[in-house]
Amino acid sequence: MLTCQELTELVTEYAEGRMGPWRRIEFWMHLGMCKHCRAYVSQLRATVRAVGALPPEPVPPEVKDELLERLRHMRPAR
Amino acid sequence: MSDPPPSAAGPDGSEAELLRRLRARDEAAFAQVIDRHHGSLLRFALGFVRSRAVAEEVVQETWLAVLDGLGSFEGRSSFKTWLFRILANRAKTRGAREQRSVPFSAFADPAEPDAPAVDPSRFRPDGGWAAPPERWDADTPERRLQTREALRCLEEALESLAPAQRTVLTLRDIEGLDSAEVCNILEITETNQRVLLHRARSRLRAALEAHLAAGGSPC
Ligand SMILES: [Zn+2]
Repeated sequence: MLTCQELTELVTEYAEGRMGPWRRIEFWMHLGMCKHCRAYVSQLRATVRAVGALPPEPVPPEVKDELLERLRHMRPAR
Repeated sequence: MSDPPPSAAGPDGSEAELLRRLRARDEAAFAQVIDRHHGSLLRFALGFVRSRAVAEEVVQETWLAVLDGLGSFEGRSSFKTWLFRILANRAKTRGAREQRSVPFSAFADPAEPDAPAVDPSRFRPDGGWAAPPERWDADTPERRLQTREALRCLEEALESLAPAQRTVLTLRDIEGLDSAEVCNILEITETNQRVLLHRARSRLRAALEAHLAAGGSPC
């Protein structure tokens, strides 16, 4: 049987679709029976979503202006 | 040689249109691409070179190389993959020249001393939870993760990751690239990529958990 601790080390392997079929079944069965590990997996998913929703770091205007200025002096690529 | 149509290169069909506008030197399109990726490019570059100033230089060179190279970009990979490959090449060269203290081999061998996903003291000797995680969305929905303090906590945790972990996480979870693209950009194996991603995600989760357990106070 997979322990909770083992499961926390296997989540990414599972999420990446890199788990063999038997391991996968063990993983499912554990999740089916263990609400704590379900909570853990749902926290990880929420973390990944929160990271993906981080607002992009604002680009300093002078950096952007300089790049756009360089662009104006280039001829069309094709 | 037959190229796949550019629209097949990216997950969104708007990529062909974006490329068309970039090739036509459309300033608004370029500004949009800069806004969207500059922060990630900078974070990425910082994984290879010593200082923020050098990273900024490398990113700027990358943008110029992108402008120069658009004409010959054939759409064999997605625009994003292409962009990060250009940056990776430049950043690696620069990092090697600097003989940076965090070597690129950090990517080849992510085996830092056993860093468990969860603090072992949270488990009983039999491997079951002794201090189980709470459900974040049980009584209060995910809004808890969207407060300014939670976002700052997440950003700080991201900054404090080992460079290789931060780089992989940035490409996967912020830029939305898939594992094959990330392996291609960083020239690492699928297993290395997964281990780095695993550690990075686990750390960020732990940071958010600690933040929420402290009642949402700043990290
Ligand atoms: Zn469990």
